[in-house]
Amino acid sequence: MDLFDFEPGREGYYGEYGGCFLPEILTTTIEELKAAFQDIKHDPSFWQEFEQLMQSYSGRPTPVSHLANLSAKLGGAQIYVKREDLNHTGSHKINNVMGQGLLCKRLGKKRVIAETGAGQHGFATATMAARFGFDCKIYMGAVDVARQRPNVFWMENLGAEVVAVQDGQQTLKDAINECLRDWVTNMHDTHYVLGTAAGPHPFPEMVSYFQSIIGREARGQIQKVAGKLPDRVFACVGGGSNAMGLFQGFLDDQQVELVGCEAGGLGPGEGNHASRLAYKDASVGVAQGFKTYFLQNKDGNMLHTKSVAAGLDYIGVNPALVHLWERERVRFEAVTDAEVTEALKLCMKTEGLIPALESSHAFARAIEEAPKMSKDEVILINQSGRGDKDIFTVADALDDDHWKEFIKVKAEHYGAE
Amino acid sequence: MALNEYIASRKQNKDLLLMTHVVCGYPSFDANLKELEIMAEAGVDFVELQFPFSEPSADGPLFVKANQIAVESGVTVEQCFEFMAKVSQRFDFKVLMMGYYNTVFKMGHEAFVDALKAAGGCGFIVPDLPLEEAGALHDYAKSQDIAPIVLMTPTNTDARLQTIAKAADGFVYVVARRGVTGGKTEMDAEVGEFLDKCRDISPVPTGVGFGVSAKEDLDFLAKHADMGIIGTAALKAWEEGEEKALRDFFGSLGLL
Ligand SMILES: Cc1ncc(COP(=O)(O)O)c(C=O)c1O
Repeated sequence: MDLFDFEPGREGYYGEYGGCFLPEILTTTIEELKAAFQDIKHDPSFWQEFEQLMQSYSGRPTPVSHLANLSAKLGGAQIYVKREDLNHTGSHKINNVMGQGLLCKRLGKKRVIAETGAGQHGFATATMAARFGFDCKIYMGAVDVARQRPNVFWMENLGAEVVAVQDGQQTLKDAINECLRDWVTNMHDTHYVLGTAAGPHPFPEMVSYFQSIIGREARGQIQKVAGKLPDRVFACVGGGSNAMGLFQGFLDDQQVELVGCEAGGLGPGEGNHASRLAYKDASVGVAQGFKTYFLQNKDGNMLHTKSVAAGLDYIGVNPALVHLWERERVRFEAVTDAEVTEALKLCMKTEGLIPALESSHAFARAIEEAPKMSKDEVILINQSGRGDKDIFTVADALDDDHWKEFIKVKAEHYGAE
Repeated sequence: MALNEYIASRKQNKDLLLMTHVVCGYPSFDANLKELEIMAEAGVDFVELQFPFSEPSADGPLFVKANQIAVESGVTVEQCFEFMAKVSQRFDFKVLMMGYYNTVFKMGHEAFVDALKAAGGCGFIVPDLPLEEAGALHDYAKSQDIAPIVLMTPTNTDARLQTIAKAADGFVYVVARRGVTGGKTEMDAEVGEFLDKCRDISPVPTGVGFGVSAKEDLDFLAKHADMGIIGTAALKAWEEGEEKALRDFFGSLGLL
């Protein structure tokens, strides 16, 4: 299945979803970007250059690890994990970022901007900008700045300017709006490094393309280590980039079931979660440059979203995933904050793994389903990122006394300075 | 009266028409009415009523805040149309809907155009709907004598400007510079050249917006366009001192 083989006149559409809805002032910029992307896509030497860069800079290929203890404990399917957390900067975001960095060089632009939710994408963009010598400005919702300070710290020290966005609900969608505003002003020298497979065409295609490195590697690796293709593949879905990246490796394998795990937050009900497809609170709309399912009211104004994982806390979802969901190729499930914390604890204790809160959504769903599967079945989970960045949030969720004591002492120390 | 006749008749008495802007329900519908009274007195020819949207990504800080507060205070699309009906009955100027495409999409194209027409609106400006996606909506609007206003911008190629011209109806909204609403535009020779080019290519009159805020801007535009469009500057005046400041603002433009 080639999702990106668009019908004439339907460029950038996946079924009814996708497209490019931007102000006229960006038309020329988008045309340039589309042309540059087509060039690299059809240039075999580009992918080689990209793979080599990811190897030398980010430690790719990332391994697929067998979780023997967890599998035994759950007593069902054999669980394997694709270790995107082992990338430089700790998540899959770097795949897309380095790809767009190479593209930016070809475009001849000197400045990059990016939105970030969890901060992983901003962090990755800041490293890319430092390495390639671009000026870098990161927009991040003020709420996310408050909950992801460690990433903000690194971004700033890598030389990026971090802007805390005070508009709207002060999370990822508001950071995207700010990026669009910057871009309509500075497009002549600025490339917008969108961090997920959402937004206007060609971003969903382009980000999916760079992230497909995950699935390309994983398909061969799992066959080697598990002796077969997986029966089920789990990935968390914020905007959809890590899921698209892994799923693309298995799209044509009809026997492989693909499961997207969304942020269930506090559970169903408007404003309680960020689950566009698994719960029934979203509807089709057009915003932030594309048509997809959005969490919105009947007037088309966006609802508040909620999730313990900043990176999943987004109103819309990748349009290709919606198309695949409608065609029943991808199943969608929601995972609540409470289930996420339990899954994270279990992973740490049984396997010594610390998945990011985002990735823990995929783990939680796999943990729920594994016991009901047989021992010769195989599960593959995308560990999209590592949990170190979440230390404040996780410590809160676990109500860890030693951590609280440490923070108090630190605070006193800073207060005394 | 069709839009071109209206524009032609208004142009008999002045060099430059004027369009102003209010964000529906911000700070309140009552305040909007007071703003509109003053605008009517100043002799404006068109007013865009912005339907507030939660993701106003093409707007600058002041309109962003206005949109956000209006949405948060519960302003609905239905209320905006009711307000439009009241405004188009009460005042002589013509009224357009300005907003984001999701508002139109959620209602459905036909329902939107029908409601706009019933409320006495003469057209709409939806800046995040590119021509490539606008076909069905524009066709239906035109069949109902509602003008879909298209935008020309300084980053467009000449070929693109020609394409936009073909889709034009009523008037063309010329964006004077890159960026979002608000801020200042230096009305220099380069801008003048661009405006002349747009006027040349456009089959309908041109209105110029983004950063139009002073009498000198209007004097400049009178030479290069058919209409000036004032957005943020008027809201800024209102924020600074409500009716008095807004009156003073139009006074400074030589209109009151
Ligand atoms: C570790 C991690 N996983 C997943 C996501 C969700 O994004 P996406 O759905 O694009 O993979 C994020 C986003 O910030 C993230 O940081």
